[in-house]
Amino acid sequence: MGAYILRRLALAVPTLVGVTVVVFALIRLVPGDPARLALGLQASEEEVQRLRVQLGLDQPLPVQYVRFLGRLLQGDLGRSVVTGEAVAREIAARLPATVQLAVASTLLATAAGMAAGVISATRQYSWVDYLVMTVALFGISLPVFWLGLMLMLLFSVHLRWLPAGGYGTPAHLVLPTVTLAAFSVAIIARMTRSSLLEVLHQDYVRTAWAKGLGAQAVVLRHALKNALIPVVTVIGLQFGGLLGGAILTETVFAWPGMGRLLVGAIVARDYPVVQGAVLVFAALFTLVNLAVDVLYAYVDPRIHYG
Amino acid sequence: MWTRASTTVSWAGAREAVRTPPTVWRRLRRHRTAVAGLAVLATLVFVAAAAPLLFPEDPTEPRFERVLRPPSWEHPLGTDNLGRDLLARIAYGGRVSFFIGVLAVSFSALVGVPVGLLSGYYGGKFDLVVQRLVDLLLAFPGFLLALTLVAVLGVGVTNVVVAVGLASAPVYVRLVRGVALSVRNQTFVEAARALGASDRRILFRHVLPNCTAPVIVQSTLQLGTAILTAAGLGFLGLGVKPPTPEWGTMLGEGQTYLFSSWYMATFPGLAIFLTVLAFNLLGDGLRDALDPRMKLT
Repeated sequence: MGAYILRRLALAVPTLVGVTVVVFALIRLVPGDPARLALGLQASEEEVQRLRVQLGLDQPLPVQYVRFLGRLLQGDLGRSVVTGEAVAREIAARLPATVQLAVASTLLATAAGMAAGVISATRQYSWVDYLVMTVALFGISLPVFWLGLMLMLLFSVHLRWLPAGGYGTPAHLVLPTVTLAAFSVAIIARMTRSSLLEVLHQDYVRTAWAKGLGAQAVVLRHALKNALIPVVTVIGLQFGGLLGGAILTETVFAWPGMGRLLVGAIVARDYPVVQGAVLVFAALFTLVNLAVDVLYAYVDPRIHYG
Repeated sequence: MWTRASTTVSWAGAREAVRTPPTVWRRLRRHRTAVAGLAVLATLVFVAAAAPLLFPEDPTEPRFERVLRPPSWEHPLGTDNLGRDLLARIAYGGRVSFFIGVLAVSFSALVGVPVGLLSGYYGGKFDLVVQRLVDLLLAFPGFLLALTLVAVLGVGVTNVVVAVGLASAPVYVRLVRGVALSVRNQTFVEAARALGASDRRILFRHVLPNCTAPVIVQSTLQLGTAILTAAGLGFLGLGVKPPTPEWGTMLGEGQTYLFSSWYMATFPGLAIFLTVLAFNLLGDGLRDALDPRMKLT
């Protein structure tokens, strides 16, 4: 198992390096001179040239990339053009809020999605099944930003139960978490249902019924364990969608996370911050997929670790 | 399209070709939810297409004498902060959203299908390079990739199309490569090769037609996703520039007035939701109708 984890970790390294190449290349594609952008139109040509040399922009691109990678490995992501603050520090200040939101949503989505899927599968073709599947279909079609606004309208404006935005108390976490989780709940519910239905028709489940086990033991202990394998994969895959959704959810609820940092930086054309935030998002996604792969090997004993 | 696809899939020839489209259509018609999706889509497309006839007044022209009016007989969905009729703007916005969706999906299919086809059929070094590239692009969550591309390219309809299209191209590469890979070594391809068919002929007459069904299903679902992504960009203020009516952008404008004028954000979002829902319903139905074996597991 340890060797498998190490090997899988080693495989993630080229992906992460590739991600840095893509982000580096994309940001260099931006039309205009970063030094000129940073100093503004009033700066003289000499000043701009000095900054270009200072930033290493006069060097060939491969040299620039190697330097960029070297600084990145030391945790240096450059400085914000707008605030002058170190990008790494700005991201460090925002990352916990995003992680908190993403983790809360994943937990909610996993719990609610699996519960809904199990209920649906054990009562296939009943009205409960149709209801759950209809709600799930709505869930995958809802624009996350619209759902957020509608929940805000209901629970903050009309009922006044929950704050409409902001950060800090558990109450602030409720609406953004529900909003962000909705899509994943739907996906996980659909996956759990179909996966469990498949397993429920297998011989060993019939044997479990035949030897007189209760429904709970058959479904939850025997069937669900095997049905979990594709569900784990889906939980990992939808995490990417969840991160994308987090960018929108944070904007709706004024949640001080990475998503709002990124959107603000794009609007302000603060490219060092854009670059850093995109890198951290992609790295987060890669690491979660890595964790899922490892978890997958743990859940499915058929996977060889060697 | 159907004729060519079916004649090449089987050797039954012309008779099969005539029979195939009604079979798919009949199966689809029996799929009640798919029909519902199709009906909703037809309505939305009609309203969008007929917008200039249904709503002759300019949907971008401010009318300050009637700002933020709640829904009424005169303005069924109310008016926005600049006094523009929301129903008219949603109808015109549909033109923009459908336009972006169709172009973006066509773009990603035009890039992704040939690359996936060659990659799966020829394999080798080209395949290896393409797959690493696809892995790389898939290392970015889709919305993040589209957002980053817009950050680099700038806002506007064209850039949104390119960004959304490029972000979903890897999906097509993966899909078509898989089909090409599985078809490549099947007996009918072997037979064609033995009969002296060139690679080009095999690719176009035997491999590509087998990709048609999955590509159609994927494109239907992808249309919903593309419209959703474009609306998300618009909502963040990074999509289509105002005053052009676009659903996501309208929703973003509506957020400012959420507490006083609920209708401004509610209805554009409802339009997005209905559109995506309809595409999802239709896509699921098409999947079942085109190939019952592909049914969602």
